[in-house]
Amino acid sequence: MYLLEAQYLYQMLGGMVTTIQLFIVSWVLAFSVALTLVVIRATEWSVARWLVDAYVEYHRNVPLLVHVLFWYFGMPELLPESVRGWLYQHNAEMSLAAIALGLGAAAYIAEDIRSGLRAIPDTQFEAARAMGANYLQGMRYVIIPQALRHAVPALIGRALLLFKNTSVTMAIGVAELTYQAREIENDTYRTFATYGAATAMYLAGAFLIMFIGARIHAYYAISGGRNA
Amino acid sequence: MIKMEKVSKWFGQHQVLNDIDLSLNKGEVVVICGPSGSGKSTLIRTINRLESIQGGRIEVDGEDVYAGHMNVNSLRQKIGFVFQQFNLFPHMTVLDNVMFGLVNIQKRSKKESMERARSLLDRVGLLEKINAYPGALSGGQQQRVAIARALAQQPPVMLFDEPTSALDPEMVGEVLQVMKELAKEGMTMVCVTHEMGFAREVADRVVFMDAGQIQEIADPETFFTSPQHPRAQRFLSDVHIR
Ligand SMILES: Nc1ncnc2c1ncn2[C@@H]1O[C@H](COP(=O)(O)OP(=O)(O)O)[C@@H](O)[C@H]1O
Ligand SMILES: [Mg+2]
Repeated sequence: MYLLEAQYLYQMLGGMVTTIQLFIVSWVLAFSVALTLVVIRATEWSVARWLVDAYVEYHRNVPLLVHVLFWYFGMPELLPESVRGWLYQHNAEMSLAAIALGLGAAAYIAEDIRSGLRAIPDTQFEAARAMGANYLQGMRYVIIPQALRHAVPALIGRALLLFKNTSVTMAIGVAELTYQAREIENDTYRTFATYGAATAMYLAGAFLIMFIGARIHAYYAISGGRNA
Repeated sequence: MIKMEKVSKWFGQHQVLNDIDLSLNKGEVVVICGPSGSGKSTLIRTINRLESIQGGRIEVDGEDVYAGHMNVNSLRQKIGFVFQQFNLFPHMTVLDNVMFGLVNIQKRSKKESMERARSLLDRVGLLEKINAYPGALSGGQQQRVAIARALAQQPPVMLFDEPTSALDPEMVGEVLQVMKELAKEGMTMVCVTHEMGFAREVADRVVFMDAGQIQEIADPETFFTSPQHPRAQRFLSDVHIR
């Protein structure tokens, strides 16, 4: 079987490794940005709320591919010449892809966490504040942990979507799984087998994410329910 | 310990507290009763600034609660508050609930916090539930945990807003027992409650509220045997029927 030829096998596995790296980095970025957005959005300050809403709307309404192209070709124009040069010599497509994917996913994840937040009664925050917790302490220890537990199923869905969406970064030359599959297909003309193999690898990755997600869901389930 | 002078509060056009004057010395226990909607919750919630006031003055432990420089978070650490609905944190174990203020707000060491939390849980009779989650406890047990949690930061003052009203009747006693012990140990307490037996046993004074005003303040014996205010008379007969 041609795929067993060392060269193609390495190429395919290398693509998978890149896909996984891209997924993990952009997920961590997305999650941190989303948490920040949620905490800012929950304040009473109207300017902050407006900015967060604008951020979310922007990312929900611009196609992901356009967003990725914009970050790769457009954003660096704003940088000084020297920084841009350095960036393009240091795997720019990978880091810019991670930023574009991460910022895009953050908008959706923030919405998921926010719906989790709405499921938490105000009295929880009030109980924390009554003990002397400040706003951030109340959010960090009482509200966000509960909101995240509610959001786990939605977040697993987001993680799967983000994992699959890494494939659009082939458009800017990130050597991830889809990119490598196309390269191999160009070399060998074995279209069915090549994309079949790539499909199987995406499925395996997705199952792994679902498995980990289910474990997290079970681990963090609130024992005994919310209230007796 | 607590001093309220001419405290007034409005929700929009609606005046909910009208010229409230109330003082407690250290170690005193005051019970507030009155019909639903008369402003009892609002009154005790102004003491730790869960509600703001529009007129008057409140002092706790010699400090003006509404002074501009007052840090509301350090103020609240000195005032334990117990809610009708317990409001325990469902994602934390009983022990973590009680340790919460010590570890996460006051940033004390885990070891010291754990020792104090364990001794408080022992005191409310729930040492064996330390690793349970609130959802697995009965209402009475949850409220006892909530009292332990409110006591953890060693506040000199405790406020209770109808702590037994959400409980099944058979669980009221265990919560009142904890509160009585606390009162007898000299805690300064303001309790919104209709538990007349509790008031009789430990209250220094009973306050009757109606329509945002304090209508009557008396020692429990006088209040229960010969209430002066007609609405207090009617209120007492209603409560006794129930
Ligand atoms: N957040 C609020 N906004 C507007 N009105 C309120 C609010 N909270 C309480 N009230 C009104 O204030 C009055 C007193 O309420 P409350 O202090 O809860 O009474 P009690 O505890 O004696 O039953 C009621 O008429 C109630 O409807
Ligand atoms: Mg009330």
